[in-house]
Amino acid sequence: MLKVADIETFYGPSQALFGVNLEVNAGEMVALMGRNGMGKTTTIRSIFGLTPANRGTITFESHDLRRLPAYRIAKAGLGLVPEGRRCFPNLSVRENLLVTARPGEWTLQKVELLFPRLEERRLQMAKTLSGGEQQMLAIGRALMTNPRLLVLDEATEGLAPVIRQEIWRAIRLFKEQGQSTLLVDKSLSEVLPIADRCTILEKGRTVWDGKPAALDSAVRDRYLGV
Amino acid sequence: MTNNTPLTNNTGLSKSAAPGVANSGLATQPDNHFDRKGLVQIVLLGLLFLVPVAAYFLGHIYYVNLASRITIIAMAAVGLNLAIGYGGMVSFGHAAYFGLGGYVAGISAYHAFNFTPFMTWPVNVPGSDSMLVVWLVAILVCALLALAIGAISLRTTGVYFIMITLAFAQMIYYFANSWPTYGGEDGLPIYLRNGLPGLDTNNALTYFLICFFGLVLAMAITSRLMKSRFGAALTMARLNDVRLATAGISPYPIRLVAFVISAVITGLAGALYADLNGFVSPTMLSWHFSGELMVIVILGGVGRLYGPLAGAVLFVMMETLLGGMTQYWQLFLGLVLLGVVLFAKHGVMGWLAGRERNE
Repeated sequence: MLKVADIETFYGPSQALFGVNLEVNAGEMVALMGRNGMGKTTTIRSIFGLTPANRGTITFESHDLRRLPAYRIAKAGLGLVPEGRRCFPNLSVRENLLVTARPGEWTLQKVELLFPRLEERRLQMAKTLSGGEQQMLAIGRALMTNPRLLVLDEATEGLAPVIRQEIWRAIRLFKEQGQSTLLVDKSLSEVLPIADRCTILEKGRTVWDGKPAALDSAVRDRYLGV
Repeated sequence: MTNNTPLTNNTGLSKSAAPGVANSGLATQPDNHFDRKGLVQIVLLGLLFLVPVAAYFLGHIYYVNLASRITIIAMAAVGLNLAIGYGGMVSFGHAAYFGLGGYVAGISAYHAFNFTPFMTWPVNVPGSDSMLVVWLVAILVCALLALAIGAISLRTTGVYFIMITLAFAQMIYYFANSWPTYGGEDGLPIYLRNGLPGLDTNNALTYFLICFFGLVLAMAITSRLMKSRFGAALTMARLNDVRLATAGISPYPIRLVAFVISAVITGLAGALYADLNGFVSPTMLSWHFSGELMVIVILGGVGRLYGPLAGAVLFVMMETLLGGMTQYWQLFLGLVLLGVVLFAKHGVMGWLAGRERNE
């Protein structure tokens, strides 16, 4: 479905990615892992054309994503939940959900059933929501575009434990439904049980790729330990 | 404030998902300032309506015409506010549309008055002294021009956008200034005000009411637009266009449509202005006027529905009252503008009516 091959990305003169390889097959939940600053978010920015890759190929089904502007990439079927619970602060919850919606499986009712708080706060401005609610809104907004591949960048980072559980419950539901998902997250205890595959980045390179079961303590200590 | 009922289903909203299509029914947050804001708005609009009516029956035609002037300039600023305030597109060239609307009225009346055709090839196009024709042509001409200027300018942002819109407006200004057919820099008189069927447009009060209707219509269109799905997408494009793009909507066509609507509103105001003064000249196209419109929008409150009206009232009153006392009235305008920018960031409307959800 998504195939990222040997991409190299620069921020101005400084190189951030030195050869990232990543693959997500239909129906798979893939975890992109690595310590802070190893290029996870840059990889995602490159996929979405926000920080275009200078070398390598990124294909999604039949689309060559490197040739498309960001909005066409989204239209091709990628949905992004950006890092840091990004929604549109001065618009209501409903507006956030509906404006960018595209027809499909996910409807307003289903999203509000998934996150009942969004229904309760439907007329409030997004900036008056708590951090956890904003994250739910960001996920809901991405779902409403009915992406074939959902990309979650640190969706549970910096949230209260109760809220994290609610978000993990949603992510497990995506897994049950066979929603193809690319997951960036650092909490191994949550990620490993549900991921079909893990890809680990180290200093802008893909250094490990395999099933979670094969992720032994040596690999963990080497690439994921703090 | 009628759209606060929650949607119980999303039919229509997710299906007719084409961006650029106005779509009603987006629930918004209830307004906390309704009472105070509503009061200020009613008083403002009520005064603008009642003062000239009273002045007319007391025989002070001067004040009726002054009110018409305020109304028209407010309407032009409503157009600019859609671009600057709601769309975040700081156009420094809206005089182009204002002047063009004015020239449409002037040129059309000129040919009608002299019984000469505007053009004979490929089809014979006579002049017209009907406001309906003038308005229709002004809408078309301004929309086409804004489409061309917007399509190019909106590829840039920030200071480049400001400069490009200014450059286009200056091109049109110098063209009008040096084209002798329609008076060049001397301008073009409209000897007889264009007419509307069934109305005496030469009557000052009737003409004021036409302008008032135009202003209210422009504000209603803006309000309706901003409550639609299109308006919410325009707000998203202003807040964060990258985030909007990653959700699958290109900000460019949304901005372009808003820019064109904005230009058309300002252009119609220009047509009314030329008919009010019985005169159109390159002054209407000059960058001074673009700047004045901007000052009015900022004075009144950027991105506020009633901001342009409040700004225009303040601006024209200062110009008239202070301008009568000293020729340096703009010094005081500058001080007021400084005060607004420093101490009342959301303009006169923000100061009088409280903050709004978009701030």
